[in-house]
Amino acid sequence: MVDRGTFRVKKGMAEMQKGGVIMDVTNPEHARIAESAGAVAVMALERVPADIRAVGGVARMADPEMITSIMEAVTIPVMAKCRIGHFSEAQVLQSLGVDYIDESEVLTPADESYHINKHQFTVPFVCGARDLGEALRRIGEGAAMIRTKGEPGTGNVVEAVRHLRVVMEQIRAVQHAPEEELMSLCKQFGAPYAQVLEVRKLGKLPVVNFAAGGIATPADAALMMQLGADGIFVGSGIFKSADPLKRAKAIVEATLHYDDPDVVARVSRGLGEAMPGIDVALLTDADRMQIRGV
Amino acid sequence: MKDNARDYGKTLERDFSGLKIAVLALQGAVSEHMDCVGRCGARALHVRRPGLLHEADGLIIPGGESTTIGRLSRLFGFREEISAFAAAGKPILGTCAGAILLAQRVEGQDPIIPIMNITVQRNAFGRQRESFETELDIPALGAEPFCAVFIRAPLIKEAAEGVEVLATYNTGIIFVREKNLLATAFHPELTDDLRMHQYFMGIALEHQHSVTSSLNGHQASA
Repeated sequence: MVDRGTFRVKKGMAEMQKGGVIMDVTNPEHARIAESAGAVAVMALERVPADIRAVGGVARMADPEMITSIMEAVTIPVMAKCRIGHFSEAQVLQSLGVDYIDESEVLTPADESYHINKHQFTVPFVCGARDLGEALRRIGEGAAMIRTKGEPGTGNVVEAVRHLRVVMEQIRAVQHAPEEELMSLCKQFGAPYAQVLEVRKLGKLPVVNFAAGGIATPADAALMMQLGADGIFVGSGIFKSADPLKRAKAIVEATLHYDDPDVVARVSRGLGEAMPGIDVALLTDADRMQIRGV
Repeated sequence: MKDNARDYGKTLERDFSGLKIAVLALQGAVSEHMDCVGRCGARALHVRRPGLLHEADGLIIPGGESTTIGRLSRLFGFREEISAFAAAGKPILGTCAGAILLAQRVEGQDPIIPIMNITVQRNAFGRQRESFETELDIPALGAEPFCAVFIRAPLIKEAAEGVEVLATYNTGIIFVREKNLLATAFHPELTDDLRMHQYFMGIALEHQHSVTSSLNGHQASA
């Protein structure tokens, strides 16, 4: 008997990405640059988050033609984003054959109450989270991979750091709490009980956890890895910088040798301008992508 | 999980506590393999840099993205060291991307560490939505079927001279041995079944014994 799209197969796909860098791309040429720099996957989208901020309006799933042309351009896995709750966009992405779907707050949410029932798909999903409860709710809905939300398109790592630290701190709380306190912790975190028990047993999330949302430099990537991320998503950070190929290679090397400052120092030299950054404190709630779909 | 309740038989179990098994830790399912090595009773070495392999009795090259692992292994100069490791008779297990790394021929691209006389085709089963798990009969690992997890898996299109085919799936070759070298298209590290790792470490034990006995032989004759 052959079982396609089991949770083990979906989760296993994310495990194969560990220690790697997943890069946002908007055309086949960028996808090839990402692949040659050593990306473990590319995320196909219409605009990188920094441009979504600049353009405004409703951000939707990318044109299937563009996604297909990226799939034809590279042999590494291709991910694509759908709007939160927009299961029809997700069905389209599965039909196109993308390797992973990101149900993403970077796009304009289609449903303000409910996420997609991700168990119904054979293609795996990644979802953003700002704390343990959010991560475990998404896993309960079938997500096979989690990433911090951070604050996309800002080139500012502060929110990604906050979210990863909160997740790690709450995992420690679950691990060390006496059993009779677990249900109250679930209530406090807004986390499903079954998944909390699993976290307690494993001492980590039951699926791979990447960092995303504001990573722009090799040192940013090394920071997130040292804080306990399993890998890195870079959105606007590469193709909004002065020398994308060089920066992409540097972030890949810094992600591998995150605990070796000599390597991070070497690859950080002479990269040219990073993407322009935004002070997250100056954003109004309407501009904060992270509060979408919690 | 259903795996926990199952008895896979103990025919491959041995005392592996004297073994050190390196896991190439450039990218991918590194911790899963290290856990398997530890659960078999051996010591796992996390190897991210060249120059550390001489300590190891065996090497596992895990699954991950073969283009990424290939690029990084070239960048950090692993090719010569891994070839020398194999030439010394020490065992290597390449799973999925690891199998692609070891192949002498990779369809559509240059080989990376060409030490096994096999031809592989990347992503031979299709994209992620075609990824699957299935129970396979693998006599080398015992009578119980083995749960094989295939993730954007390669296929071994040709097992040339000197390569023994140990398992097939729908006539496609998915597990081979060439003396001390093993390659699988699937991921034994994603289940609780340790038989693949035990089989691999059995080869490492035999190699360790043969080296020790030949050393003793030299001493006796000197």
